[in-house]
Amino acid sequence: MNIFWQYALIFAVFIALSLLNMGIITKVKAFFGGRKGAPVLQKLYDIIKLWQKDITLSTTTSWIFFAGPFLSVLVPLIAFAMVPFGSVHALISFEGDFILFLYLFALLRFFTVASALDTGSSFEGMGGAREITFSVLIEPILFVCFIILAKISNSLALENLFGIHSFTSWTHDSTVLTIVVFSLFVVMLAENSRVPFDDPNTHLELTMVHEVMVLDHSGPLLGLITLGSALKLTLFALLISHLLLPLHTDIFWLDLVLSAFVSMGVVACVGICESLIARLRIVAIKNILLGTFVIALFGIIMITRQSL
Amino acid sequence: MEDFKPFFTNPFASPIDAIPLLSEDLFWDKVILAVNEEQFRVLSLFSASLKQTWQIWIVLGNDATGLIKVGRFRVVDNAYTSRTELLSCIHLFEREIYEQSGILPRNHPWLKPVRSPHQSACSQMDFYSIEGEDIHEVAVGPVHAGIIEPGHFRFQCYGEKVGHLEISLGYQHRGVEKALLGMPKANHLKQVEALCGDSTTAHSTCYAQNMEALTGIKISEKEALIRAILLELERIANHVGDIGALSGDVAFLTTASYCGKLRGNILNLTAQITGNRFGRGGICIGGTRYDIDYALAQTLKTQLKALQPKIMGAIELFFRSPSVLDRLEKTGIIPQEWVMAYGFTGLVAKASNCLRDVRTSYPYGSYIDRDLKTSLEKSGDVFARAKVRKEEILICFELVQTLLKELEMIAHVQIQKQQNTALPAEYFSFSMSEGWRGGVAHTIITDDKGDIQRYKVVDPSFFNWTALSLAMRDGQISDFPLCNKSFNLSYCGFDL
Repeated sequence: MNIFWQYALIFAVFIALSLLNMGIITKVKAFFGGRKGAPVLQKLYDIIKLWQKDITLSTTTSWIFFAGPFLSVLVPLIAFAMVPFGSVHALISFEGDFILFLYLFALLRFFTVASALDTGSSFEGMGGAREITFSVLIEPILFVCFIILAKISNSLALENLFGIHSFTSWTHDSTVLTIVVFSLFVVMLAENSRVPFDDPNTHLELTMVHEVMVLDHSGPLLGLITLGSALKLTLFALLISHLLLPLHTDIFWLDLVLSAFVSMGVVACVGICESLIARLRIVAIKNILLGTFVIALFGIIMITRQSL
Repeated sequence: MEDFKPFFTNPFASPIDAIPLLSEDLFWDKVILAVNEEQFRVLSLFSASLKQTWQIWIVLGNDATGLIKVGRFRVVDNAYTSRTELLSCIHLFEREIYEQSGILPRNHPWLKPVRSPHQSACSQMDFYSIEGEDIHEVAVGPVHAGIIEPGHFRFQCYGEKVGHLEISLGYQHRGVEKALLGMPKANHLKQVEALCGDSTTAHSTCYAQNMEALTGIKISEKEALIRAILLELERIANHVGDIGALSGDVAFLTTASYCGKLRGNILNLTAQITGNRFGRGGICIGGTRYDIDYALAQTLKTQLKALQPKIMGAIELFFRSPSVLDRLEKTGIIPQEWVMAYGFTGLVAKASNCLRDVRTSYPYGSYIDRDLKTSLEKSGDVFARAKVRKEEILICFELVQTLLKELEMIAHVQIQKQQNTALPAEYFSFSMSEGWRGGVAHTIITDDKGDIQRYKVVDPSFFNWTALSLAMRDGQISDFPLCNKSFNLSYCGFDL
């Protein structure tokens, strides 16, 4: 297959998978609640609906208000180009690209918060403050995870960090890899404003973290944000599924389907998590994140001791 | 020496002349003595214009003995000295009196309108604010994100911490008390039923009891039983709904969705009796409008028996989850002293180890001589308020089964609607019933023609909104929705 078509296909699959994954969460939660639940492709219908609407703008807003939604789609797409999918290599790859990966999301966060502050609402300022506080705690966890993976794979490129961890690395460093998977899962929940860190379904502005920052976005802008958050969640699920899948068949289609299925499984776990535990108090979130950081740090100690 | 007039029953009626008219100072001395020394609490305090002069009336109740005392004094020069600083529990009553009749409580510390800011001559209009560079103000409402009633909440925050919360209501003020004046009309009962939609039976029972006390109608045992059954079903439905809503607020999905459905099932039982899910039209002056025959009693019993394990299962799941308990415990604490000082009532009082229940303290109808179980919790937090609800649901299931069993024995008796709405002239009557939030109190004063001159409603929400605002002090602003839901107070019951 032509390399161009191959990547075009991969990106299309990624976007479709993202929308599907949101539906999977809804269905899993509906199952636990004894309900039928919204259609699997509801997010897609929502985006189409939002795209047909007008944008309502507050008089205080400037161009920054638009930057947040656009970046929320752009950043996950660029970040996706830096990770492998199935047996297909990353489109962009260089030594140390994981730092770019991390700070792409920091850039997105900056513009999301800035566009929230741009509206001049007291709610959105509150959400912005919460988001920044938690991100300060999330960033070191991700760094530590990437450092551990760098140590295992002897490389600084995401391509290899999340490349095939063969059976040997799971047999050798299974504990450390489990720690990494666990930490990444916690980060996935926190970064994507899922329960127990945030409640994507709540209507209570005072309790929101991420949702409150996008309250003033409407129409196509909200559609972009909805799409962006779906992409971001699936990107994290893919990272985890790369670690969980210890081998590749090197058959293009098979690997693609396998990766997609494992990521669906990860996302289903998110749904189960959301169904079984209640939301944390906002003050308790930092304890959980700090705890996760300590666990991840423990992983570093283990991996460095092994090599001594 | 002149003293307040004691009454021993609920409801009761008495000629106005039998209630002594005290001097202002003696009146307040008696009130303060009764509240501070003799464990009385203020059930109602209002102004009434009798023979072109303003009078202030008070109804005090002693929860331990069931004694009710009534007193009044004539207002001179359209003003009196405010007693709010001596008696915190009357702070809102004094503001209400000023708003409704223009009688000035001198030196009231916070004389702000209670319900209708734009129609009142009140001097104090600003929100309480905290000064400081790091303090920020958050305004929520009156239009909210969920489908709920309108109310404005003004927080003074230091970061995530709440320093002060002021609640401003009145957006649903529709003048119910005024609409009930004059000759008793058939539509008055409809107005009362809509006073607070989720406490339809509690309010309509209260209204009917007053009318019966004034006209001397005695309702039959069966009708009293049906009233009690409707009231307890209302309690179960609301408590189940509330626990579901609490669960939704902490994003605990399972209990939220199951309780939402099961609340509907209980409401459907009420609909089987009255034809309306909220019990509207169920109660009328002189009894109940709809009978429960043997077959219906049997059906209700079986359906309740089938629902009980489902409801308790869904609630048990909620109370067994550590992540849920972590959210509920030590959130929004109301210590017992505050209940005493501010006169909080009903469920809020029970959660702070203070038994305030009209059914046991001032028994009426079918609750007379009934050994009623009650639930009390000590901690006064969101958890305690949820736990009291859970216990009450269990108690109510048992109670309704007992009531239905008793009803089966007399199922053959036909209910008779007695109608006699000609009220005696210059009479006073007072009645209470225990809604699911707490005690509801209605007062009627008739004029020399036998028309209703003054109708006063006190919903438990009138007392308890203050509890919510105090519970938030030093709390986390993100816990407000949860805390609010644990009180689940009525906006329209307050706004009247």
